[in-house]
Amino acid sequence: MTAPAPARKNPDAGVFDARRAREDFPILKTAAHGKPLVFLDSAASAQKPRQVIDAVAHVYEAEYANIHRGVYELSERTTAAFEDAREKIRAFLNAREAREIIFVRGATEAINLVAQSFGRAFLKEGDEIVLSALEHHSNIVPWQILRDMTGIVLRVAPVNDAGEIEMEAYEKLLNARTRLVAIAHVSNAIGTVTPIREIIRLAHAKGVPVLVDGCQAVPHQKVDLQALDCDFYAFSGHKLYGPSGIGVLYGKAEHLEAMPPYQGGGDMIRSVTFEKTDFNVIPHKFEAGTPHIAGAIGLGAAIDYLEGLGLADIAAHEQALLQHATARLSQVEGLRIVGTAAEKSSILSFTLAAAHPHDIGTILDGEGIAIRTGHHCAQPLMDRFCVAATARASFGLYNTTEDADALAEGLRKVLEIFG
Amino acid sequence: MFDLKDLYQEVIIDHSKRPRHFGKLAGQNREAEGYNPLCGDRLTVELIVEDGIVKDAAFEGAGCAISTASASLMTDMVRGKTEAEAQALFRQFQSLVTRNDPPTEDELLELEKLAALAGVRAFPSRVKCATLAWHTLSAALDRRNAPVKTE
Ligand SMILES: Cc1ncc(COP(=O)(O)O)c(C=O)c1O
Repeated sequence: MTAPAPARKNPDAGVFDARRAREDFPILKTAAHGKPLVFLDSAASAQKPRQVIDAVAHVYEAEYANIHRGVYELSERTTAAFEDAREKIRAFLNAREAREIIFVRGATEAINLVAQSFGRAFLKEGDEIVLSALEHHSNIVPWQILRDMTGIVLRVAPVNDAGEIEMEAYEKLLNARTRLVAIAHVSNAIGTVTPIREIIRLAHAKGVPVLVDGCQAVPHQKVDLQALDCDFYAFSGHKLYGPSGIGVLYGKAEHLEAMPPYQGGGDMIRSVTFEKTDFNVIPHKFEAGTPHIAGAIGLGAAIDYLEGLGLADIAAHEQALLQHATARLSQVEGLRIVGTAAEKSSILSFTLAAAHPHDIGTILDGEGIAIRTGHHCAQPLMDRFCVAATARASFGLYNTTEDADALAEGLRKVLEIFG
Repeated sequence: MFDLKDLYQEVIIDHSKRPRHFGKLAGQNREAEGYNPLCGDRLTVELIVEDGIVKDAAFEGAGCAISTASASLMTDMVRGKTEAEAQALFRQFQSLVTRNDPPTEDELLELEKLAALAGVRAFPSRVKCATLAWHTLSAALDRRNAPVKTE
């Protein structure tokens, strides 16, 4: 079972052994409607390995006090564990400095932070922000709120029929009024991996900073922030096999230092009088109030776990699985894959001629198969493909070819009912 | 509890594939738009109401089998009913699919074809699909013109 295979013909074999990794995830041993759970919704939120669950439990059992405040030993230990997690994230993403890693609730809060702090301080009426048609609502709505406050203009880079960003059109959108580009690294709805390096290079050539929504990239590929050279990078811990309620905003120190605070409160100040408040240094300036302490430490444990398995091997496994699943599903009558980019993450979005995604989801649920159905918080992208909704299967490190086969079998059942 | 056959009964499949009263209604004097933010489904309900009686009803839109079948059955059922009767049927139907207790035999008889949707009770995530058309009907009867949402 553990014998390494030279080529990755069989996605379940090889250096990385998904079947063995599955054993780390207690929830995968549970049943759904009396059938073994086939979990194909990791893009919405990934399941947690025992190592993360234990790390969080350990915080509350042995290492919990408020941080950055107590002079007593317990608080110092908790603070050290919390700051250790920050350092792990820095190293994982190859950021220059740990103070460039801001703990937030998730990608949504990270993007809102940049919109409200960077955006309100530095953008004014007529300034432009470039988004793409692939964006999740959380990389659209914060900018609309900012637009309504400041009178900025939002421009949208279109995608082609495969779901790839049209780079010529993107380049043309960059002009003297462009102040920021905010684009996803990987589309959550259809799996497109965007040419993010090129997107950043083109923006930087015009002196425009770039925010990358990395939610769907970080769990599936090695991200090197210094190589990317982006200005901001946002992701959520819960999609990276870590706890929910914790996420990260990376920002280049020069930006973070120039930006005003996002929220006010404890921890983000140096001194307060009723006349004047002196703000703390970064990252603390952006971490008002007591954070999700156990969540940050749990996220650190998730990163340890992934590095132990090897992200490159996980990625190879998921790519092989995507190919296998795409081949299986392509044989299903009336199935249309939405999103056929040349470079894709392990996300398969599809529609069936015979059944609406909601009905597909309910019938698969009856088989113990969990997929996501709906607009995936990307309604403009659904409009682009003229669908109200799709069914989406997404694969994580613990999925196997059996899971993909179960999905194909489940779809046969859908066709039986709607045949 | 969970039996797909309870949900996808033949009547439901039939009405979802061949919805009745689907399309625009010439001479309509009431209409409303319904939207389910959860799945992005939209539908419009058009009515001809004369002397307090629903003379005709039709619907249009794209949705799942449950919402399409529910709209189709609904437009079938409300024709010829008074406005008050149609509203009462809406409340009765809503109760059928949202409350904990199973329906009684009498109730199912009274609901006629709508009883086919009783299985939705076991699928909480699908209740909104089943009630979307009804919320929209109710808004049309009340002349509430803003699109209704199921959330
Ligand atoms: C691409 C992308 N961006 C942003 C988000 C928002 O993440 P969260 O809800 O964890 O803040 C998600 C998660 O659904 C996502 O997939």
